[in-house]
Amino acid sequence: MKVKVKVRARDLTAWIGALIVVGFAFVAVAGHWLEPANPTAENLAAALLPPGPGHPFGTDPLGRDILSRLIAATAVDLWITGAGMVAALAIAVPAGLLAGHRGGRWDAIITSLSDGVLTFPTIVLAIAIVSLLGMGTTSLIVAVALTTAPQLVRIVRGLAIGLRDAPFVEGARAAGSGEARILGRHVLPNIIGSTLVAASLLASQAVLIAAALGFLGLGVRPPAPEWGTMLSDSRSYLLTDPSLMVLPGACIALFVLGLNMLGDGLRDALDPKLRGRV
Amino acid sequence: MGRYAVFRLVRLIPQVLLVVTLLFVLFRLLPGDPAQLIAGLTASAAEVARIRHQLGLDRPIWVQYGAFLVQAVQGNLGQSISYGLPVTTVVAAHLAPTVELMATSVALTVVLGIPAGVLSAVRPHGLLGYLSTLVSVVFLAVPNFWLGLLLVEWLAVRQHLLPAVGWSGPASLVLPTLAIAARLVALVARMTRSSMLDVSFEDYVRTARAKGLSGARVLFGHMLKPTLPPVITVIGLQAGYLLGGALVIEVLFAIPGVGQLMVTGVATRDYPLVQGITLFYVAAFMLINLLVDLSYGWLDPRVRYA
Repeated sequence: MKVKVKVRARDLTAWIGALIVVGFAFVAVAGHWLEPANPTAENLAAALLPPGPGHPFGTDPLGRDILSRLIAATAVDLWITGAGMVAALAIAVPAGLLAGHRGGRWDAIITSLSDGVLTFPTIVLAIAIVSLLGMGTTSLIVAVALTTAPQLVRIVRGLAIGLRDAPFVEGARAAGSGEARILGRHVLPNIIGSTLVAASLLASQAVLIAAALGFLGLGVRPPAPEWGTMLSDSRSYLLTDPSLMVLPGACIALFVLGLNMLGDGLRDALDPKLRGRV
Repeated sequence: MGRYAVFRLVRLIPQVLLVVTLLFVLFRLLPGDPAQLIAGLTASAAEVARIRHQLGLDRPIWVQYGAFLVQAVQGNLGQSISYGLPVTTVVAAHLAPTVELMATSVALTVVLGIPAGVLSAVRPHGLLGYLSTLVSVVFLAVPNFWLGLLLVEWLAVRQHLLPAVGWSGPASLVLPTLAIAARLVALVARMTRSSMLDVSFEDYVRTARAKGLSGARVLFGHMLKPTLPPVITVIGLQAGYLLGGALVIEVLFAIPGVGQLMVTGVATRDYPLVQGITLFYVAAFMLINLLVDLSYGWLDPRVRYA
């Protein structure tokens, strides 16, 4: 009886998280049709308006509609996070499989390389990357991918090691399958679930990196809206218009909360072994 | 313990070499030409070539790498372009606020997080138990720079209790420390709680209770020390967050530390400075991890002999 309740509560966490994430994804995709106004259209005559008709959340110091900017920023932040995570997976899955399945010299090289990158504090590495590549969405995606990939490599490697001598892998080998086929047909399908769970937990870190870079003034180029950049812009108006900083921050927090809940819930539901490792 | 410390220090050498190599590779991918940057856009080609020669950028890449390695190990990180001083000198001048901020954040984490975790473990189904879970879920999602802004708005702008930004005495440390430490306190409290609950089922705890020791003596004499290793692990895993969080919070609160220096360095394209500060953060990260590993050896004798 007790167990049943526990499982349900766990699933509930994942469902709420999924609902939040899907909600943000919907806003990101359909954003263009949802925006009540052009998110970059300035109108100084209508600057810093309080919430009212036409502007549900008011306007910013340049007279731009805040709701429209938040919606447009959702698309930007989710694109950076999503593309960054896909790129990280594209690096980490092959590298982790190679390291974990092959072992030996490849393992030594890949492991020490990813451990080396992990000695850079994430934000510091991200700033260094942006300083080399210049500001912009692409740099942010690269920064997210390169800071996340080593952590994913470790996870994929661990999962692959666990399956290296699994009976069904030995069986496939005995049946004459090549190692590439074994990896693609037998190992990969068995680790992809856990890898995606780990990725969804790391995605929340990716959002925070992107937003932090934006906050530091190293994010997307203005006038494109981004949550962290909007927060940074609001700083000059703390005294006169403190409400400017509430919504962008709440968006970041809610999205991160959703990703964490989704990842935690899925992890506990699908793979208790991963607990505490991600 | 001494042997373990030496062993751990020796293991650091290949790590340092690897990181310095990665840093060299990363910054050689720089699209711009540092010599051109230093000389300025109006400089003649001969002038640029002279500076390039002066910096050693016209030498073969392997020679440059060797020189970089030797200099980095000696603590020579080159010359800052915008300050015209050695990078180490510039970093040293900005070191104190960063170190103070991180020290107060860790201190607050330990002073608040561990007791909160212990209290909520003593009564796992009490109000504090549920509260700590809820608070940790929230603080893991709230970005520190947003929390910082909210704290400034509430405690400085509205209540006038504390200075909003700047670096002037202990009062100006309060808000930045809170902004950094909130997440750490939440994590440490949660980990202390679950670790202490694990320990409470150990046989020696039952024995201690059975022989009639008071609750407090069991708690502090028998349970606290074995509770700590996982808690220290969490603090160690958050070393990257601590360093990065301090960086962002320095910018938010206009604290003249290394973090703000780095962001300014990026803006002014002072690439030796950015490179040097990156190395500084990596070194700090390694140092924290070293301290964490050494404290394992102290807390858990099994680690020393493994």
